[in-house]
Amino acid sequence: MRTPIAFFLVLSGILFGVGTAGVLLRKNALVIFMSVELQLNAVNLALVAFARMHGDLRGQVLAFFSMIVAAAEVVVGLAIIVAVYRRRLSVNVDDSRELRG
Amino acid sequence: MTPAASAFHYLWLIPALPLAGAAVNLFFGKRLGKLSGVLASATLGAAFLLSALLVKDLMALPGDGRLVVRHLFDWISVGNLTVAADLRLDQVSAIMILVVTGVGALIHVYAIGYMHGDPRTGRFFAYLNLFVFFMLMLVLGENLLLLYLGWEGVGLCSYLLIGFWFDRPEASVAAKKAFITTRIGDTFMLVGLALIVAKFGTLDFTAIFHATAAGGIAKGTATAIALLLFAGAIGKSAQVPLHVWLPDAMAGPTPVSALIHAATMVTAGVYLVVRMHPIFELSGVALTVVLVVGLVTAIFAGTCAFGQDDIKRVLAYSTISQLGFMFMAVGMRAYAAAMFMLVAHAFYKALMFLGAGSVMHGTHDATDMRTFGGLLKPMPITGVTFLIGAAAQAGVPPLAGFFAKDAILEIANHTGRELVYVLGTFAALLSAAYIGRLVFLTFFGEPRSQEAAHAHESPPVMWIPLAVLAAGALVAGWLNLTPEGRLAGFLEPVAGAVPGGSGLAVPVMDAIAIAITLSALIAAWYTFASGRVDWLAVRERFQPLQRVLQNGWYVDRAYQTVLVEPARAFAHITAFVVDTKIIDGLVNAIGAGVKRLASVGRRVQTGYVRTYALAIGLGVVALMFWVGVRG
Amino acid sequence: MPLDNVVFWVFAPIAVASAIGMLFMRNAVHAALFLIVDFMCIAVMFLLLDAPFLFAVQIIVYAGAIMVLFLFVIMLLGVDRHENLREGLRGQRIAGVAIAVGVALEIGLAVRAGIGFGRHAAPSTLSGTAEALAKPLFTTYFFPFEVTSILLIVAAIAAMVLAQRKTKAVTLAESTAPIGERAAGPEESAP
Repeated sequence: MRTPIAFFLVLSGILFGVGTAGVLLRKNALVIFMSVELQLNAVNLALVAFARMHGDLRGQVLAFFSMIVAAAEVVVGLAIIVAVYRRRLSVNVDDSRELRG
Repeated sequence: MTPAASAFHYLWLIPALPLAGAAVNLFFGKRLGKLSGVLASATLGAAFLLSALLVKDLMALPGDGRLVVRHLFDWISVGNLTVAADLRLDQVSAIMILVVTGVGALIHVYAIGYMHGDPRTGRFFAYLNLFVFFMLMLVLGENLLLLYLGWEGVGLCSYLLIGFWFDRPEASVAAKKAFITTRIGDTFMLVGLALIVAKFGTLDFTAIFHATAAGGIAKGTATAIALLLFAGAIGKSAQVPLHVWLPDAMAGPTPVSALIHAATMVTAGVYLVVRMHPIFELSGVALTVVLVVGLVTAIFAGTCAFGQDDIKRVLAYSTISQLGFMFMAVGMRAYAAAMFMLVAHAFYKALMFLGAGSVMHGTHDATDMRTFGGLLKPMPITGVTFLIGAAAQAGVPPLAGFFAKDAILEIANHTGRELVYVLGTFAALLSAAYIGRLVFLTFFGEPRSQEAAHAHESPPVMWIPLAVLAAGALVAGWLNLTPEGRLAGFLEPVAGAVPGGSGLAVPVMDAIAIAITLSALIAAWYTFASGRVDWLAVRERFQPLQRVLQNGWYVDRAYQTVLVEPARAFAHITAFVVDTKIIDGLVNAIGAGVKRLASVGRRVQTGYVRTYALAIGLGVVALMFWVGVRG
Repeated sequence: MPLDNVVFWVFAPIAVASAIGMLFMRNAVHAALFLIVDFMCIAVMFLLLDAPFLFAVQIIVYAGAIMVLFLFVIMLLGVDRHENLREGLRGQRIAGVAIAVGVALEIGLAVRAGIGFGRHAAPSTLSGTAEALAKPLFTTYFFPFEVTSILLIVAAIAAMVLAQRKTKAVTLAESTAPIGERAAGPEESAP
């Protein structure tokens, strides 16, 4: 007997929900970014779980690609945060509200 | 067709020549300089010669076969209605083209001298040529739409030429007035055309006449069509009640007044009724209306002419009155008499207008007759030719006007219309009297101003056309001398026989007419030239009457009060209440509403990234819920 | 209880707990450390799901490289900054929690409706070893694989450009002007 796939999926859903909460509730851009990474990882977990469920390696391949893209995204995202910090001396996302109507 | 048909191939050249002249003058008028007038006159001269040739060929045809229709091209083809650009040359249009090109050419030549020194002569002659083109299309068109094209075209040229000196406020106002007033009639005419299309399915004269002769039209319809067309004629020919534009149109250059507002365009209404007479004849009502309008106009304008001090305005009212005579003739089905009057009038009225222009030329554009006097001595040629024209109009035998007016009165008498005869004779008396007043005030007595005292004769380029027209006015009467009448006989296949009957003997009527004319002229001489009456004092005594006449019985002011002011008030309401308050208000309300909505909606855009993220999250939850529910 | 289940029930709560811990840490460094723990747990899950290669990649790339990068940036911007956890936006906290719970709940419901909680996966023939994964990567997915390398290079260059400290270019006229007339400034003082 092995662990039901559903458990992994539920775990993935819970982690994704926590990541969502992090994005919505935190104000530090870095922590928000970390939460986004958590969401990505939750999705990766779901992908790998589906690969296991269907016995199809392509799920893992997609998860692999998603990791690479996440790595690139982190690099650029962190650079943007640094650049914004240089201008405003703040990583609080609530400090940037130029789009206010 | 006939052997002579080959010459008629060149019929299209008659209108094409002035059109070409107009085009050249329009585009190169500035560069041509003095040549523009010569060119314009040359095109018309050529057109006149060609017209004369073609009319000679037409005369060579047998009496009842004198009809040439030249198909140029299909103009408009819509559904069942096909309108071709066809030219029609018959007896009526033959007379018209001869008058238009002949008198037109003389006036063009005269205008070379009159417009000398004007900086925009090129444009002037372009307009003048264009006018002649449209006038020729009007009289040569084989269908009513072509006629209408010419009709509107001459209206346009009239507008352009009255307002030629548009830097003078009264000229531009007069131009607009002429255009708008005639437009009222034109609109009725257009409706008439539509009715004809609806009833006949065609606008071709030949087809309409065939259908009419076959009894293909009800009497009521015929009345409606005839009255609608006549409304157009009223506007164009300045009949009561749409006459108000013509006296003001004198603000234009005098050759224009002579050509458009005396000799040609204003007679288009007469031409139209003569041309469409088969339909008018179906309706006694329509003919009666034409007769009454003509009669009222003849008398009304005759009285108005009395009150004018401006020489050109006298002639303008006189023109209206003479046109009234023509409509009287038409209303009595005496089409030949009307056409005869038209030709005679074209000669003597053009002559008088040109003479008036010559007087103005010699007196530095003075027009007030009270400042003239004794001009016969410094301006002998102008004076003598003018006298011939005036005598022709007054009805001095054996000049054109005598025979023309007589023919009309004779028919009135012989067809038992006693009232028409009496009133017509009264109108004739008026016309002799006011023209006598004009002549004696202008050319006799002592000069009453510096300008009159130092007047000078006009150059030959101006007085030669005067001389030619004077000759025309002298001999035009002989066209219709015999009772059968050469002109009447010529026109009979188109216009029908001259209505006959019994009444006073012709010599008696002639005697009455001569007596009336002479008494009127003598009275005018006694009052204005003999020096025995202080006419200024008389005028002072009858000041109120004089005012009424001078202002044309205050018709203009009545229109102003009854029509223009309410229209203006209504326009004011629509402009400043309906438009600014209601329509603009609606637009502004929409704008304000959007603005208010936006001022609420902008609060959604907090600028906080997390709010936007929240919205996205909400959307995701909602979307997933929807997908889940849909299963 | 099979070993798999034991491992799952040990690491899954740790994963959830460390995620929630990250959510509540005022200090970014602490949040990052909790995230590392979380990534480790997920790596273990990969191992349970027959993906040993991804397990390795997860630890090396995520828990290693990426989180180190995060920590670098946190250091760069100042470790001792404590985020003020007081919520400034009205309703944001309630709505955020509701949405998060809603998302998790909906996923759970979708899983229950889709495959059910009782179902066990069939005995796996899947092998997520490096060798097994290499085969599709270098055959079927060779082109996207190479594209990712371009993506990474572009990202690296982008990061360099974005993070570059902008220095004002010194014009020739300024550089040849007498020292005293030059505008004083740390960037411009060096020719």
